[in-house]
Amino acid sequence: MNDIITGWNREQMAQRAAVDIPDGCYVNLGIGIPEKVAKYVPEGREVIYHTENGLLGMGSTPEPDKQDPELINAGKKPVSAIPGAAYFHHADSFAMIRGHHIDICVLGAMQVAENGDLANWSTGAADAIPAVGGAMDLVAGVKTIYVITQHNTRDGSAKLLKKCDFPLTGQAVVSRVYTDLAVINITRQGFEVIELAPDIEFDYVQQRTDAKLINKT
Amino acid sequence: MINKQVESPAAAVADIVDGSTVMVGGFGEAGSPIELLHALIDKGPGNLTVINNNTGSGHVGLAALIENRQVSKMICSFPRTANSTVFPDLYRAGLIELELVPQGTLAERIRAGGAGIPAFFTATTIGTPLIEGKEVRTIDGRDYVLEYSLKADFALLKSHQADRYGNLTFNKTARNFAPVMAMAATTTIVQTANLVKAGDIDPEIVITPGIFVDRIVTVHDPALESKLVAEGVKYPS
Repeated sequence: MNDIITGWNREQMAQRAAVDIPDGCYVNLGIGIPEKVAKYVPEGREVIYHTENGLLGMGSTPEPDKQDPELINAGKKPVSAIPGAAYFHHADSFAMIRGHHIDICVLGAMQVAENGDLANWSTGAADAIPAVGGAMDLVAGVKTIYVITQHNTRDGSAKLLKKCDFPLTGQAVVSRVYTDLAVINITRQGFEVIELAPDIEFDYVQQRTDAKLINKT
Repeated sequence: MINKQVESPAAAVADIVDGSTVMVGGFGEAGSPIELLHALIDKGPGNLTVINNNTGSGHVGLAALIENRQVSKMICSFPRTANSTVFPDLYRAGLIELELVPQGTLAERIRAGGAGIPAFFTATTIGTPLIEGKEVRTIDGRDYVLEYSLKADFALLKSHQADRYGNLTFNKTARNFAPVMAMAATTTIVQTANLVKAGDIDPEIVITPGIFVDRIVTVHDPALESKLVAEGVKYPS
């Protein structure tokens, strides 16, 4: 029963999340798998990407000879600006976030609780250098928070829990989780599995989760 | 006649003394005023409190100022950098203090400082360890934490264009914290790659009006932090 069954890979997780990004919305994507969502948004939809260091209308990574070290994303990687993009300072950028102007934020997670609590900035270890960046502002201000994460840590522990042990980034903020095994809504009743990756059984997802799952597939 | 130009980075930072609070523009290397930081290392004041989003890269710029043991406290949102262990080593050794502030709260505290707003309420950090010891108030059914404004004695910034009045424009995402820091510091010092005639910056596109700027120093070809880091440059050498 402890055999690891493979569900969606990282690209497929991003692709699955991208299906749920509606036409015309303003989206902030976190570092890692969330960044990949941009390349899978279905054709015909126009989505504007916000990067909190000061750009609305972020485009793809330019060729090395077209890169500008002063045109970067929140992960400090070179990006481009689409025609129609805008630059702004940090206070305006976080007014967009805190003022509920950004529609969707897709983030990574260390832990998610069944009430939507998110922990993604610190393990709380004594020797860790605390670093939070904009994560707490994003989860407090963006209208809808999606998480993309592996269902379990590398050592097999659950990341979806009744209650997070790590220090929180925000309280009851996550509305949906995309993992390698399933798509899971967070509702007043708790974790509701709405879709399973190919060849993944509900019972297997339940075994790998430290909270009760409700089967809505 | 108003002319805020000074002749050199050294002259621009000459009155920064021990114990000053210094805001430093930049998000990573974008907007980092590296020549002003190096002038501050040459000048040598210590016990500084520095406000920046990060803690620098490699052994140049802000990381070099920290490594030179001139900084006793950092106020920042993300003190980890892939290519620098300067801050983490000193922090673990208990040799530098850290006030960790979420990035948006940091920007707004600085904006408030420059705008004459002593404090404000925000939902950011509710439910997290960062609200410890802070006042929380429920407004319209939601909890908010009280955050105080930030001011500084000096701001060190980098602009794309400047004129003698101190009107500024920036390059792309190098703008980041500069406009709010310019407002929040008693003395705002700007290095610019392009000093232009008054009137050459269209008033419609001035990003920081000159009233927020005190000194302008021209640095034609500012060093690129990532290039210096890749070359293994250490300041002072």
